[in-house]
Amino acid sequence: MSKANREPLIHITKRKEMDWKQAWIIRVISIVCALIVCALVTMVMTGQDPLSIFGAILEGAFGTERKLWILGKETAVLLCVSVAMAPAFRMKFWNLGGEGQMLIGAWLTAACMIYLGGKVPSVVIILISLIGAIAIGAVWAGIPAFFKAKWNTNEVLFTLMMNYVAIQLVAYYIIIWENPKGSFNVGIINQSTRDGWLPYIGSFQYLLNILVVAAVTVLMYVYLQYSKHGYEIAVVGESQSTARYVGIKVDRVIIRTLLVSGGICGLCGFLMVAGTDHTITTTLAGGRGFLGILVAWLAQFNSLAMVLVSLLLCVMSRGAGEISTDYGLNQSFGDILTGIILFFIIGSEFFINYRINVRGSDKVIKEAKSAGPEGGLH
Amino acid sequence: MRNITKTFGTIVANDDVSLDIYKGEILSLLGENGSGKTTLMNMLSGIYYPDAGQILINGQPVTISSPREAFEYGIGMIHQHFKLVDVFSAAENIVLGLEEEGRLDLVRAGERIRKICDTYGFDVDPTQKIYNMSVSQKQTVEIVKVLYRGADILILDEPTAVLTPQETERLFAVLRNMKKDGKTVVIITHKLHEVEEISDRVAVLRKGKYIGDMITSQTNAQEMTNMMVGREVSLNIERPEPVNPRPRIRVDGLTVRSADNVLKLDDVTFTVNSGEILGIAGISGCGQKELLESIAGLQKVESGTISFVNNDGSEESLIGKDPLQIAEMGVSLSFVPEDRLGMGLVGSMDLTDNMMLRSFRRGRSVFTDRKTPKKLAEKVVDELEVNTPGVSTPVRRLSGGNVQKVLVGREIASSPTVLLSAYAVRGLDINSSYTIYDLLNQQKKDGVAVVYVGEDLDVLLELCDRILVLCSGRVSGIVPGKEADKNKVGLMMTRLGGGDSDE
Repeated sequence: MSKANREPLIHITKRKEMDWKQAWIIRVISIVCALIVCALVTMVMTGQDPLSIFGAILEGAFGTERKLWILGKETAVLLCVSVAMAPAFRMKFWNLGGEGQMLIGAWLTAACMIYLGGKVPSVVIILISLIGAIAIGAVWAGIPAFFKAKWNTNEVLFTLMMNYVAIQLVAYYIIIWENPKGSFNVGIINQSTRDGWLPYIGSFQYLLNILVVAAVTVLMYVYLQYSKHGYEIAVVGESQSTARYVGIKVDRVIIRTLLVSGGICGLCGFLMVAGTDHTITTTLAGGRGFLGILVAWLAQFNSLAMVLVSLLLCVMSRGAGEISTDYGLNQSFGDILTGIILFFIIGSEFFINYRINVRGSDKVIKEAKSAGPEGGLH
Repeated sequence: MRNITKTFGTIVANDDVSLDIYKGEILSLLGENGSGKTTLMNMLSGIYYPDAGQILINGQPVTISSPREAFEYGIGMIHQHFKLVDVFSAAENIVLGLEEEGRLDLVRAGERIRKICDTYGFDVDPTQKIYNMSVSQKQTVEIVKVLYRGADILILDEPTAVLTPQETERLFAVLRNMKKDGKTVVIITHKLHEVEEISDRVAVLRKGKYIGDMITSQTNAQEMTNMMVGREVSLNIERPEPVNPRPRIRVDGLTVRSADNVLKLDDVTFTVNSGEILGIAGISGCGQKELLESIAGLQKVESGTISFVNNDGSEESLIGKDPLQIAEMGVSLSFVPEDRLGMGLVGSMDLTDNMMLRSFRRGRSVFTDRKTPKKLAEKVVDELEVNTPGVSTPVRRLSGGNVQKVLVGREIASSPTVLLSAYAVRGLDINSSYTIYDLLNQQKKDGVAVVYVGEDLDVLLELCDRILVLCSGRVSGIVPGKEADKNKVGLMMTRLGGGDSDE
């Protein structure tokens, strides 16, 4: 073979549509690869036995009944934000304001608990803060949506900036509400009266939260998959000119969808304050507004698949906490492992969509030819 | 080119193609859309790399893995979509990307460009900015760019698609000059009369396979079509007499500006009749899009009126109404837009969901009904012979002709009284095109007022009862289809009213 007619070593071609079985095999392989790399990294960096580290991770996530409940609570919060992001991202509206929308809902809930506590029955506080939190979350997302719909402002910057407004607002009120004075800490609100606290179901503190989020998840699935609104969202997301062409009022759909998205974030804030934390800090959202976006993407906006993805992330983060105490490892070590796993999961999508052809292999042609008449579409 | 094969996913774009190109000839590469003409030439010009096969130049096997390497072998391609920098001058665009010795000398480059132009009869001002140029001037710049790089083999991908008949003539004259100079020209086209006019030899591709080649002077349009399609095809478009035409849409003094305040339509007045096909001719971008979108309620109108004429003669204004409001008025208006996947359909959705676009609001339920659209999708697939694995295939994965059938099928399904269509056969092969003409004629017979915006003058002249010619947003004239003369219409496209004939 002369030098002149050398074929490039590798070239990349698009694959034919892969059936879901094959796709899942690739995904599973990628997770196995991820675990192997995690094990190697663990051995090299810490000298620990990787199996025992994995064991510790599982122990940290599932080890005791209490740990299981905490895992459920954490998963519910992350899932709730992810579900909230789904309609906006389906519409290709990049809502980066989940943090702020959650926080502002939490702020309103805390305000209701503090100002109404002892004045009206607890159930009234719960109702008012529930409705208020959803409404204010919706408004927080609705403002950038309105500007986007009317004047086509950039929603990425706008929603991001709204986060800082919410954080500053909460910071300001924390100083007003601080208890005891000078602690920069709100402390547990209504600790003695439990006014505005969500009731326990039986003896389970977190069960109500989990059930609410589960219901929201299923509802969102149905909403996006089967409702007329969901269909409109999909059309607007794919092509605004098609939407206009069939008479869909694009600006109205954008605003309506963001009200839903922000409302669920507000609900999430409410659940965290009234259901589990009973206090408020500026870091209450803790980056979950952004993590939720990742979950939504990985699950390809299928809210049922989000359950699995958010569970995986929460297991990893709970496990990371465990190994940091057990082995005296840095907390960040858990993040490294999570990063490796995510890298492989996201990377597997590349192999599902593309094929790499190495020089001298004629597989591509065979594959295409065997697909022949059915695949040709001409 | 020997045994060239190229695949994209499951689609075999070129299957074992062997093609010879001789020095100093003009070769037409003929084939229906999706037959792999462009793909084949892209491999010659270094855009794609073949999966299998070998390219030989002057008998030597070569590897062409980038356009730059193609230029080293003297191969240059002029693409359908021009690749020019708008704010640069012609000369700047031509030298762009060349790594010449010394510093950038535009004056010297300009001289070389003039010399090339004089040799072949081009008319290019090297200092003119691209954004000030017409489409045909831009094309000329592209050709000069390739010649400037010393190309001996020029490949032109459907160069006449954007030109008026007069401009096409000028291009052909230049190509003949190049041939005289010993250059080789490959021209990709699916217009038969152009093949006959310009080329020495014609090679035919069908479904990615090489069918054969012929000396142009020894063949005819019918034979070439049969080779291209693979069976006997009739090349006549029928034009039934309009039955009982009466005014349906009246447009009066319509003026439209684009978002950046450019005058797109200027005082346009005409009437569309029921039971006839009104053709709209014009160089692309002369306001056709704005005209149809104004009627469909998608375009902001500056002044003028558009009214729908009922059977009893009463008129209702369509101005200021969106598509939903027009539908609520009881006007069944169907619109097959130019940008099928960008406007008429949603590419990532399947056939059923695309059928739903028009009808999903029906009924009170908050949930969508997918059963009726599914039936409609199956009916359209069945009746229009859409080639698809099933109704749950995303329309993006269908070929152009099938996408168009899905769109037209849906629009006709609502039994419209007015049917607007923009470039309904653009990118479609001969077979699909004739299916679409038949469908439009069927609608016409059913008394629908059909508006057909087209780019192929031959088809417009054969299909339409009347032809409205647009020239830079103004009505250049309305001529009856039967008596219209192609050259006259061509002139009307470039000059209001046709002006003085310069022949």
